[in-house]
Amino acid sequence: MTNNVKFQVHDLDLYYGDFQALKKINMEILKNQITAFIGPSGCGKSTFLKTINRMNDLVEGVRIDGQIHMDGIDIYKDIDVINLRSRVGMVFQQPNPFPMSIYDNVAYGPRIHGIKKKSQLDEIVEKSLRQAAIWDEVKDKLKKNAQAVSGGQQQRICIARTLAVEPEVILMDEPTSALDPISTLKIEDLAEELKDKYTIIIVTHNMQQASRISDKTAFFLHGEVVEYGETSQIFNNPKEQKTEDYITGRFG
Amino acid sequence: MMVKHLLKNTEALESINMKTTKIREKIIETVFFLCALISVISVVAIIAFVFSKGLKPFFGDHAYNFLDFITGVRWDPENNQYGVFYMIAGSVFATAGAIIIGVPIGLLTAVFIAEVAPKSLVKIIKPAIELLAGIPSVIYGAFGMGIIIPVIEKISPQPQGQSLLAVICVLTIMILPTIITLSESSLRAVPKSYREASLGLGASKMQTIFRTVIPAAKSGILSATVLGIGRAIGETMAVMMIAGNAIGGIPTSIWDKVRPLTVNISMEMGYASGTHQEMLFATGVVLFVFIMFVNITVIRITHKTVEKD
Repeated sequence: MTNNVKFQVHDLDLYYGDFQALKKINMEILKNQITAFIGPSGCGKSTFLKTINRMNDLVEGVRIDGQIHMDGIDIYKDIDVINLRSRVGMVFQQPNPFPMSIYDNVAYGPRIHGIKKKSQLDEIVEKSLRQAAIWDEVKDKLKKNAQAVSGGQQQRICIARTLAVEPEVILMDEPTSALDPISTLKIEDLAEELKDKYTIIIVTHNMQQASRISDKTAFFLHGEVVEYGETSQIFNNPKEQKTEDYITGRFG
Repeated sequence: MMVKHLLKNTEALESINMKTTKIREKIIETVFFLCALISVISVVAIIAFVFSKGLKPFFGDHAYNFLDFITGVRWDPENNQYGVFYMIAGSVFATAGAIIIGVPIGLLTAVFIAEVAPKSLVKIIKPAIELLAGIPSVIYGAFGMGIIIPVIEKISPQPQGQSLLAVICVLTIMILPTIITLSESSLRAVPKSYREASLGLGASKMQTIFRTVIPAAKSGILSATVLGIGRAIGETMAVMMIAGNAIGGIPTSIWDKVRPLTVNISMEMGYASGTHQEMLFATGVVLFVFIMFVNITVIRITHKTVEKD
């Protein structure tokens, strides 16, 4: 195992009741890179993403076999789920700010983790909003309800909220599917800036997006990883026929 | 020719069909409208009746001073004394007590049912709460007389067990179903995405409930509280059986007897006549004002969907 491996996934199976949603996933995800998961709806890419911060634990009747190691630690055995989720943040498909002010949204995580000092919170909020490239747009309305701004701004506030916890990894579950093209580009630029500091894993339906921003791409189909490799190789020179069919738009 | 004729015929038939459909629609709409009208007419009639009867004693030749009525602390019809202030105080104290105790218990029960309890346990608790809501109030009164009052008699500095405390105890139990059911449904209505966002930030389940779910369900919980107030202030039968129904004096401790507004009306309306009867209606007017205030508050809370800071 080399030093720049963040996640090592070994023979991961996931079942929803009798239905097997993920089949023998094996993958290495590297630090400070953007890894994209692509594939048609229901192929398991979002399900797999959610196993990485154990969000699937919330679903009833889920059973998971196999291991995911983060920096060599088994995240299903050797780490507390709360600790895991503060190290592996998540941005969801629909912008989901809490019905409270922008400030309180971003300060939510730090407060949960025990930071009470106003000056310290102020600093974290500003830093996170700046990192999420939205500070200039909202600095005068931090007391405003976060649900009263545009969808693209909401999503960047959600990213700021995730950054405020200072995670190591950011999972993005189709973060731009509910947004207009301009907001989408802003989020993509943001992801590329953030990869210097964070490991980013993004699920996307948008293949141009995957080819634009990711370093590595995994193509999922029916719960299996059909092909995983350098993004340029996947898109220009896929080894598998199914991958080629999908990226050229023959199905999906 | 033939075809054209036939076509014309079907067109005519269709237009007749459409007409009958239209008429039928109209009739059904009218029936709906009349049904809706019954409640509106009833509420208008009740308001008009209660207010016309209840405001009468304050006008005319032998008018009773309204200020004496609203600030008086003694109800003695035989000596022409009609003061309801101590009853207002009784109603308000009893309701406030029930809300202060009942809302936290009810809210935590709702949180337990909606967020924490396993389904098997919910299957037992929910029917129990629904049953609690269905128990006639006279049974609550009997329960109060049989169980609560003897206990209070033992610990009270006063000789009787009928007291503000007894009323608060029974009203607390009586408003629980309202608080629990409404709070539970507003907790359940909180989008799953809020919970996911909170948990995704590394919050524990309890942190998520208290910092995200309950604040997001705030307006539902508030309207549950206000409806609880309405239930408590309007309750009559159970309260009459345990309140002690004092003829005067503002309650100064939880051991004192009280006489809420509702009780005043129901105890004496059967035999009262003349001014006495009109004064009971006047009591009803006071009660009505309280209830309207409560209802307007509910409407204002439920209409305010997205609160902006």
